[in-house]
Amino acid sequence: MTINHYIFLSVALFCIGIVGVLTRRNAIVIFMSIELMLNAVNILLVAFSKMHYLAAKVINPATQTGIDGQLFVFFIMVVAAAEVSVGLAIIVMMYRNIHSVDVNFLNRLKH
Amino acid sequence: MNKFVFLIPLIPLIGFLINGLGRSVISKSFAGILGCGTVLASFILSIILFLNVRNGHTGVEYLYNFISFETLHIPFAFQVDQLSVIFLLIITGIGFLIHVYSTAYMHGENSADYARYFAYLNLFVFSMLLLVLGANYVIMFLGWEGVGLCSYLLIGYWFRNTEYNNAAKKAFVMNRIGDFGFLLAVFWIIKVFGTTDYVDVFAKASSAPVNVAVLTGITLLLLLGATGKSAQIPLYTWLPDAMAGPTPVSALIHAATMVTAGIYMIARSNILYTLAPTSQAVVAVVGLATAILAATIALKQNDIKKVLAYSTVSQLGYMFLGLGVGAYTASVFHVMTHAFFKALLFLGAGSVIHAIPPIIGGGQEQDIRRMGGLKKYLPVTHITFLLACLAIAGIPPFSGFFSKDEILISAYSRSPVLYWIGLGGSLITAFYMFRLYAMTFLGKYRGTAQQEHHLHESPPAMTIPLVILAILAAIGGFLGLPEIFAPDSNWLEHFLSPIFAGSEKISPAIPVAHNTEYVLLAITVVLVVICTVWATARFRNYSDKGVEEKGLGKFLQNKWHVDEFYDAIINKPLRAISGFLNSVVERSGIDGIVNGVGRFVIYGSRQLRLIQNGQVGAYILMMVVATLFFFIIQLFLK
Amino acid sequence: MGITQILFWFLTALVLGSALMVIFSKNPVHSVLWLIVTFFCISGHYILLNAQFLAIVNVIVYAGAIMVLFLFVVMLMNLNAETEPQKNKWLKFAGAIAGSSLLLVLVAALKDTDAMRQEVLLKTGDIGLIHNLGMVLFRDYLLPFEISSVLFLSAMVGTVVIGKKGD
Repeated sequence: MTINHYIFLSVALFCIGIVGVLTRRNAIVIFMSIELMLNAVNILLVAFSKMHYLAAKVINPATQTGIDGQLFVFFIMVVAAAEVSVGLAIIVMMYRNIHSVDVNFLNRLKH
Repeated sequence: MNKFVFLIPLIPLIGFLINGLGRSVISKSFAGILGCGTVLASFILSIILFLNVRNGHTGVEYLYNFISFETLHIPFAFQVDQLSVIFLLIITGIGFLIHVYSTAYMHGENSADYARYFAYLNLFVFSMLLLVLGANYVIMFLGWEGVGLCSYLLIGYWFRNTEYNNAAKKAFVMNRIGDFGFLLAVFWIIKVFGTTDYVDVFAKASSAPVNVAVLTGITLLLLLGATGKSAQIPLYTWLPDAMAGPTPVSALIHAATMVTAGIYMIARSNILYTLAPTSQAVVAVVGLATAILAATIALKQNDIKKVLAYSTVSQLGYMFLGLGVGAYTASVFHVMTHAFFKALLFLGAGSVIHAIPPIIGGGQEQDIRRMGGLKKYLPVTHITFLLACLAIAGIPPFSGFFSKDEILISAYSRSPVLYWIGLGGSLITAFYMFRLYAMTFLGKYRGTAQQEHHLHESPPAMTIPLVILAILAAIGGFLGLPEIFAPDSNWLEHFLSPIFAGSEKISPAIPVAHNTEYVLLAITVVLVVICTVWATARFRNYSDKGVEEKGLGKFLQNKWHVDEFYDAIINKPLRAISGFLNSVVERSGIDGIVNGVGRFVIYGSRQLRLIQNGQVGAYILMMVVATLFFFIIQLFLK
Repeated sequence: MGITQILFWFLTALVLGSALMVIFSKNPVHSVLWLIVTFFCISGHYILLNAQFLAIVNVIVYAGAIMVLFLFVVMLMNLNAETEPQKNKWLKFAGAIAGSSLLLVLVAALKDTDAMRQEVLLKTGDIGLIHNLGMVLFRDYLLPFEISSVLFLSAMVGTVVIGKKGD
């Protein structure tokens, strides 16, 4: 498989995530779409890491090029986890105040 | 000695500055003394200059380089020669007498206005002196504009009255039209001759042949300027309206000096006019037509100053006639004598107006139908006025006879038709002048009895100038005795011959046989005397029957409806165009565009405001769209 | 078409299909479940790329912890299909168009570049092994690792503070 395929997979997943953010009004579903986007990026990073590894392995079989990509994915997951916990806490608080998770109620930016 | 010529205009200028800037602090007597003193000083200097010139010391005095641009040099220089020195004497001499007269005539004003009056008068004298002393057309133009300005300032002296302001505006605007012609002529002169100095221009014009059409164009444009300044057809209607100003102003500006600026200019440029015979013919025709037109109007006017105003226009027409037939000296002679008797007439009228108490409802009495019999109340004024009338009518041996007849004889030598028409004008002149005299001074007083109680002769400050001018009007004619009385008797012609020598060489005067001249003179005198007696007899016991004028009389009284004609063909279309431009182009067009931009911005912003609906979802959508947009540009359109 | 390829395409189809189901489900509980399926498929991709560690971590952390958290919250709010608010039809349409256009643009931009022909090493590769990853993580990236623990701490504190019942 060439990197092409992974790029298109990742792009498609990312766009699905964007469509989800734009189309849904439920705050939780929007949040989940964001997670989709993050995962799309993760796939791409891992694919690129393997691409560089392959290119470098031809020259030097004991290389470790590309391992940074996978480590970065690890850290993305870390951040995603922290973000989800805080985000859900906010959503719960929002629900507690207005008894709905409809984002259209959050239009205070108008003023 | 000639190099002190710059003092002559400078002293009145200083007078203007002091009186003008200090008008709220200086006293009336100080303003009066300063105003008269400066002109007297200039007069004395002019006499010295005159004696110098008589001994042959003419020339150009340089002050400094005024305009210098590549090959064009216009210096600030004064031309001291016979023509300018004669005009200097007239301006400063008569100006001084009128200043003295004004100290008494204007004594009813408050001191700030009084000082303002003398400041303006001094400024006027300064400008007029600059005009006649300038050594090139540009300096003359400076003075030309200056006298136009002072005319406006002085006509509108009583500026609190709107009608007077309108008269002042009218004078200024008509002057401007003339100035336009003058300026174009100056530019053309610069282009053709490369200089504006009289000496150079006239030398080049007579030596190197210049295209006659070009010269005709230049001279006609100069003539346009002269018609504006000297109130000839078509730019004369401002002068009768200018009678709104104080009477001494009318005497100085509109009788003796400013209106003669046009004559001076054409006399100065005599070479150019002699080389362009078509323009000369135009000058003569314009002058004659104006003379007749104004004379006929004066026949039916009832305001004492208006009669004199139209008389001025008419006499100026005679001067133009003289210039047009090549009788330059005669025209200058008539300028001089006219200055004497017209100033005298105006000052006398002022004396009359000053003597009669104001009418009920405000304003001075100026209607001759309500005067009469003033002979016994105003003796000095009466005698001097009578002398002036005799002079202007052309009765020998007073000055007007000599100057006017010299013009008429020269006209005869060119074409007898001009003479006969001119003679007709002279007869009308005699008639209306004596009508004026008779209605004002003879018969019974036709005003109210209450006014009659207060009639009194004017103070000496007013009567002494009258007497001096009367003497001059009486004997001034002997400066220019025609040849028939004694050979070489025409002192003025002799004196001015260097100025007009060039023209004389190109187109010499056609001499009229002495016998013919005697006959013509005799005819003239007889007819004039008949008209004078007829007018006096007819109007000496005038009683106002209150009959309206009809037919020809009405037409003349309405000044041939010229003002209405101008109004219809110039004012109305101009106002219509301006109104159109204002309402359509300005309001709807330009304002519409400017306001429209504003309204569009308001409308647009109101619509754009709705984007900010506070919905985060919408904002994210916009973000995505914008990112898309940037991607497209970056990836595909670079 | 080797087994690798078939596997790749199968997993891709599953990923995209379940992702679509996530956003199109009316019931939020269904959305959560479909997302879990998506994560499992993505883990499948990781295994194909021999990123073993990441595959396991993906399942444990994402599908295991994060999705459970989501499910908790959904259950807490008792959301189901009837209470689901619907976005304005036009905005939905616009959103779909925007997203699809983005997809098109990116695909069009990327499809012809030369770098696209490079191969990706599947099924083998040492770098995905946990041993190698651990060595690099604790040798070169020790500081970020420690800081991430601080990050968790702050997230916990934040969550507790935000979630406290009113004053």
